[in-house]
Amino acid sequence: MAEKRIRILVAKPGLDGHDRGAKIIARALRDAGFEVIYTGLHQTPEMIVNTAIQEDVDAIGLSILSGAHNHLFPRVLELLRAKGAGEKIVFGGGIVPVEDIERLKKAGIVEIFTPGTPLKDIIDFVKRTLK
Amino acid sequence: MDSAKKKWREELEEAFREMPPRREMYMSLSGMEVPELCGPEELADWDHQRDLGYPGVYPFTRGVQPSMYRGRLWTMRQFSGFGTAEDTNRRYKYLLAQGQTGLSVAFHMPTLMGRDSDSEYAIGEVGRCGVAVDTLRDMEILFDSIPLDQVTTSMTINAPAAILLAMYIAVAEKQGVSRNKIGGTIQNDILKEYIAQKSWIFPPKESMRIIQDILVFCTREVPRWNTISISGYHIREAGSTAVQELAFTLADGIGYVESGIEAGIDVDEFAPRLSFFFNAHIDFFEEIVKYRAARRIWARIMKERFHARDSRSMKLRFHTQTAGCSLTAQQPMNNVVRTAVQALAAVLGGTQSLHTNSMDETLALPTEEAVTVALRTQQILAEETGVANAIDPLGGSYFVEHMTDRMEHDALAYIHEIDRLGGIIRAIELGYPQKEIAEAAYRYQQALETGERALVGVNKYIMGEETPIEILKIPPEKEQEQIRRLKDLKASRSSKGVSQSLKSLEQAARSRDNLMPHVLGAVKAYCSIEEICDVLRGVFGTYDDPAYF
Repeated sequence: MAEKRIRILVAKPGLDGHDRGAKIIARALRDAGFEVIYTGLHQTPEMIVNTAIQEDVDAIGLSILSGAHNHLFPRVLELLRAKGAGEKIVFGGGIVPVEDIERLKKAGIVEIFTPGTPLKDIIDFVKRTLK
Repeated sequence: MDSAKKKWREELEEAFREMPPRREMYMSLSGMEVPELCGPEELADWDHQRDLGYPGVYPFTRGVQPSMYRGRLWTMRQFSGFGTAEDTNRRYKYLLAQGQTGLSVAFHMPTLMGRDSDSEYAIGEVGRCGVAVDTLRDMEILFDSIPLDQVTTSMTINAPAAILLAMYIAVAEKQGVSRNKIGGTIQNDILKEYIAQKSWIFPPKESMRIIQDILVFCTREVPRWNTISISGYHIREAGSTAVQELAFTLADGIGYVESGIEAGIDVDEFAPRLSFFFNAHIDFFEEIVKYRAARRIWARIMKERFHARDSRSMKLRFHTQTAGCSLTAQQPMNNVVRTAVQALAAVLGGTQSLHTNSMDETLALPTEEAVTVALRTQQILAEETGVANAIDPLGGSYFVEHMTDRMEHDALAYIHEIDRLGGIIRAIELGYPQKEIAEAAYRYQQALETGERALVGVNKYIMGEETPIEILKIPPEKEQEQIRRLKDLKASRSSKGVSQSLKSLEQAARSRDNLMPHVLGAVKAYCSIEEICDVLRGVFGTYDDPAYF
């Protein structure tokens, strides 16, 4: 019987259109053997959570560079919990100042990857966390 | 091979036998092989008159003005905007006082995407990536005490460009400055939005109609205005190579020229007001040859393909911004150096206008201190280094001319491919430029991961834990402040004026009437960005991200 592959949703919440990083992460995770769904741009937290549940993903990677992470990341967590999907791992990346990272991790974002992070670190994180 | 060259080659091989070269192959950032030495042989097929010529003379390889910086320096135009219109008005006054010579407006995400600050889509976004502009009222505050007959303004706005242009015209008219006197630029380059920057609203064909209307309107009524800033900057930031940046930008340009001609305007009437916008990335010589090749290719396209007769139609005038994507979050002071080198490339490449990034822009919008250093970088180049004092000082360099030829050759291959696919709009529908860019971005990231490409402070010369630097913070209260202002504005305006102007806009959108007068009417009635865009969404529909990766 085939082992169920880990499924990851890479998502772009909010109005931010910078998708270079999200696309690279999506591709790198796919090349590393994960099943990856990429939402594309301009997703509301509601859309992301619905897709995550529909696609039955194990983890969600949120990418944001517009500064709206303090609202959008916790909102995704809130909606996941409200819909009984709170066990899904949520991680993120983009332009997130150091002081915001601490607060977001306390809220439940497992890890946040900022510019300069090697892809290997992200892939290793996913492998470790979703074993 | 002449005997002197033979001798050099022998000595070179001897030197490499003693100590191997640093690398087996030297590739430019974009993957072009860099020859070790160029001489007359590399320019065997090169013709001075045909390929180089003189500044201000076709094909403009040496620059679009006969005097270049001997006559006038490039415009120092720092892209800027954050928080509320008051916050940004203060920063504009500061930058002008510090010697900036042109304005450049950065709008926040909701404005770029046709949403108001009180929209559910705008939560958390207000004032963060740029200045919050919802209505003409914000625009009035933004330019308060800034005389629009004395300064030119570039506005980075695409899908809602017609609206912001209308607001700018309205503000100028309130200042007593007529629309035929104002000078500036709207980016208004929707094709590259689908390709790279992704701040679209409507689908491609409908968006081109809006641009056509702007071209016709400005040609008639706002003659000093640059109607499109045909951009490669964002294409490059999305991860393309320099060749792709050049080729896709010019392919977009071809699309716009075709659109203007289709609208019935003579090419020499609107083409002189098309402008361009390129990236200045870190591979110094590659960028310089890119600009020179750009001018030469465009001149030939305008003359041979579009039969322009006026030389102003053939001149590729451009703004440059140093590469945001080349900057690092690690050891941010190093970014001052990167920006300086990139600015130098833009100047040696003959840019008309320049924005230099601040060293903290990988982390946040620039602080006042950081943007001051960025502006001083331009001023030092202009005043101290002498690089602006001889016109096109690199012209005639064997290496530079050889690489310009190769850049032109490689870019034309892409342009021909796009023609073969049926033009840029068809190519976008097929996902061609988007996939090329994603591929190039991934390749570059792989090169960083393997160490094939060095990025100082990130994969080489790494330092440990760094002390975080002070960055610009946008207080969350700004969002509520802006929402309150919008609410008050809506309560105080004439609702009859609003509904009438939106109705006439809708009628114009459904017919083939020029939209601009109706957008002006709506803007003057203090309709909001979202109200106007919602009317247009209703008529034109919206575009969804095809999500290639």
